[in-house]
Amino acid sequence: MSANDGRELRIIGFLCNWCSYGGADTAGVARLSQPTDLRIVRLPCTGRMDPLFMFKALFSGADGVLVSGCHPRDCHYSEGNFYARRRLELAKRLLPLLGFDQRRFEYTWVSASEGQRWQTVVSKFTDQIHELGPAPKVGRGQRTEIRGQQSEVSAEVGN
Amino acid sequence: MRLGVFICHCGSNIAGTVDVAQVAERAKAYPDVVYSTDTLYACSEPGQEGIVQAIKDYNLDGVVVASCTPRMHEPTFRRAVERAGLNRYKFEMANIREHVSWISKDKESNTDKAADLVHMAVEKLRQDKPLYPKTFDINKRVMIVGGGVAGIQAALDCAEGGLEVILVEKTTSIGGKMAKLDKTFPTVDCSSCILGPKMVDVSMHPNITLYAYSEVEEVGGYVGNFEVSVRKKATYVDWDKCTGCGLCMEKCPSKKSYDAFNEGIAPTTAINIPFPQAIPKRAAINPDYCRQFIKGKCGVCEKICPTGAINYDMQDEMITEKVGAIVVATGYDLFDHSKYGEYGGGRYKDVITSMQYERLLNASGPTSGHIKRPSDGKEPRNVVFVQCVGSRDKSVDRPYCSGFCCMYTAKQTILTKDHLPDSQSYVFYMDIRAPGKQYDEFTRRAMEEYGARYIRGRVAQIYPQGESLIVRGVDTLMGTQVEVEADLVVLAVGAECSQGAGQLAETLRISYDAYGFYMESHPKLKPVETNTAGIYLAGCCQGPKDIPASVGQGSAAASKILALFSKDQLESDPQVAQVNQARCVGCGKCITTCPFGAIQEIQDRGGNPKAEVIETICQGCGLCSVTCPQKAIQLQHFTDNQILAEVNALCQPMMEESFE
Repeated sequence: MSANDGRELRIIGFLCNWCSYGGADTAGVARLSQPTDLRIVRLPCTGRMDPLFMFKALFSGADGVLVSGCHPRDCHYSEGNFYARRRLELAKRLLPLLGFDQRRFEYTWVSASEGQRWQTVVSKFTDQIHELGPAPKVGRGQRTEIRGQQSEVSAEVGN
Repeated sequence: MRLGVFICHCGSNIAGTVDVAQVAERAKAYPDVVYSTDTLYACSEPGQEGIVQAIKDYNLDGVVVASCTPRMHEPTFRRAVERAGLNRYKFEMANIREHVSWISKDKESNTDKAADLVHMAVEKLRQDKPLYPKTFDINKRVMIVGGGVAGIQAALDCAEGGLEVILVEKTTSIGGKMAKLDKTFPTVDCSSCILGPKMVDVSMHPNITLYAYSEVEEVGGYVGNFEVSVRKKATYVDWDKCTGCGLCMEKCPSKKSYDAFNEGIAPTTAINIPFPQAIPKRAAINPDYCRQFIKGKCGVCEKICPTGAINYDMQDEMITEKVGAIVVATGYDLFDHSKYGEYGGGRYKDVITSMQYERLLNASGPTSGHIKRPSDGKEPRNVVFVQCVGSRDKSVDRPYCSGFCCMYTAKQTILTKDHLPDSQSYVFYMDIRAPGKQYDEFTRRAMEEYGARYIRGRVAQIYPQGESLIVRGVDTLMGTQVEVEADLVVLAVGAECSQGAGQLAETLRISYDAYGFYMESHPKLKPVETNTAGIYLAGCCQGPKDIPASVGQGSAAASKILALFSKDQLESDPQVAQVNQARCVGCGKCITTCPFGAIQEIQDRGGNPKAEVIETICQGCGLCSVTCPQKAIQLQHFTDNQILAEVNALCQPMMEESFE
């Protein structure tokens, strides 16, 4: 909100049904105000999150991608989020290679009871994307981004 | 394809901050959408009828409803479209309430966002295939974890309903916290007199198998077919031979063993039966205190036991039980008051917890029901009760109200007066919370009939002076500081989650909140269900509550299970993985990845290895879809193409913009 200069950016969230989607619902029920940029795709589990979806989104013009699931060891399917963590960490490291700032992609854990944490995650991530501005348009070769520093969301939320 | 879109106003919940008419108008432009409208309450009867009618009138073969979260009403609308003759999976929801209208007041942005979410849902719906559930057999046995009053109630109700019940209790006797209590509020009836018969019923019931001193180690399977490994911990006493005569307790030379049942207020013997009414009434050895284990020699109990039940070489035993449903009733623990340095941090002998006081009051307790100070055994004259110790206090990370402390403190002041007519009780309180039947009247009685002096304010410090303790606090109603000379201080400690609650939740694959209490499926409408089908909650493991509420939840969980088991077969969710045999290269990666063992290797006609999903075991997580290098295995209803279609729906306007 604060960083929103009147123009929305395109942020896509992939959330697991059991924890983070529920956490986002909890935040909604509690009327915890959040920036409006984020559009949420519901997945059964972060283990369903194919890194392809993230790459596809960024290549298609998304400015940021956020993945959120159950806390490690708290997965509804017992170990889906462990797979997610490995896959997504690796995928994140590939981003500079493709010309994207690493900070355009974050993955985090929010449980169904953590409405406030979800509000913080969304607000921080949206701010982060607005700081980065619109993503470079792939295919035009206009500009690439320098590889990212340590992510702000995970540092501040204590992930 | 002919799709219909319904945008719900939800009264003013959505319509207040989203231009629903505009969203409905914009939806008409989305591919395959032939009908789009806004509706006041989509979930109401006229709302659902409107959907059914539109499906018939416009010959629709798919429906999008944009309203609240699918976690709430997806089943409702699925049933509605089914009533109109569509397959229930030809339906998608867009969450424009929790994720849009409730989190921002900016109507323009919200309307854009809602339109995007509807567009995503339409794109996903376009690729939805009709799915059909399979049925599978269920094992009509129940496991109850925890033998407190909630677990006992659930066990008895299930057993009465004809189900086979396995009750697993961590300690050597069932009864839980209620068995330790002297009296219960607001009736001041004897706790063990009302619980005791229920405990005996558990031990006598032909349908109940009791595993005391046992813990759940592993849980596999799914609703209807769980497989649970239970560790029966070694008691060093053969319970088939033990008669509970108690001779070993009389002769045991190691008399300094910690007595967990009496909250450590007095020591017990290393071999003991925790209390006279214990079920099962069997002795167990505490190896931390037993001389045979510490020094390697003693053997007194072995010599004295008339039935030869003692076995020092006993090992833990693992048992596997197959059940169809599980009730978690693991209760709570008491807050550790040593975190409050100002109350002595546990250093003063005469500052005790409410549960320790309860044991002092109890006729079967270490003092046979005589109130004696732990320090010198004298009868106290002035007893000070401090409420909200570990409740409603952010400084110790316990911001919640434990709910029952106001009531049990009032009860304890009444019992104090009954035991010691010359005594005077003082209660330091923040607010009195007595919202139950006869509850407020009860606290009034404590004050008016029994003369307990209630002082509204917090206690700042407790310090010893001579033989007494000085309790210094504030009286916020008088606006003054007060000091009370106390002979005994009772801290009304709050409830916290039981030790190991998080670990058990992970074993059971259920969720817990920030304080370790288990999450119910819906805070209002599904208070005993969890998000894992077939696992139910009862009692304080879900949140602090008093005995009537715990009993109520125990019965509620049992009735849920009886309803579940009233069918012989359950329908499996058809949103499972499916293998495209033509693309599968038989690498077997999905087989090793699947957490449920739901994928097996088969051979096609040419003898080539192929993967095959066992539909009733698959839980629909989609791990395999991502693992498959060929993308041959796809999670139905969440296929790669469907998710990519949603992504494309979102990115399209940006693409046009960026490549103009």
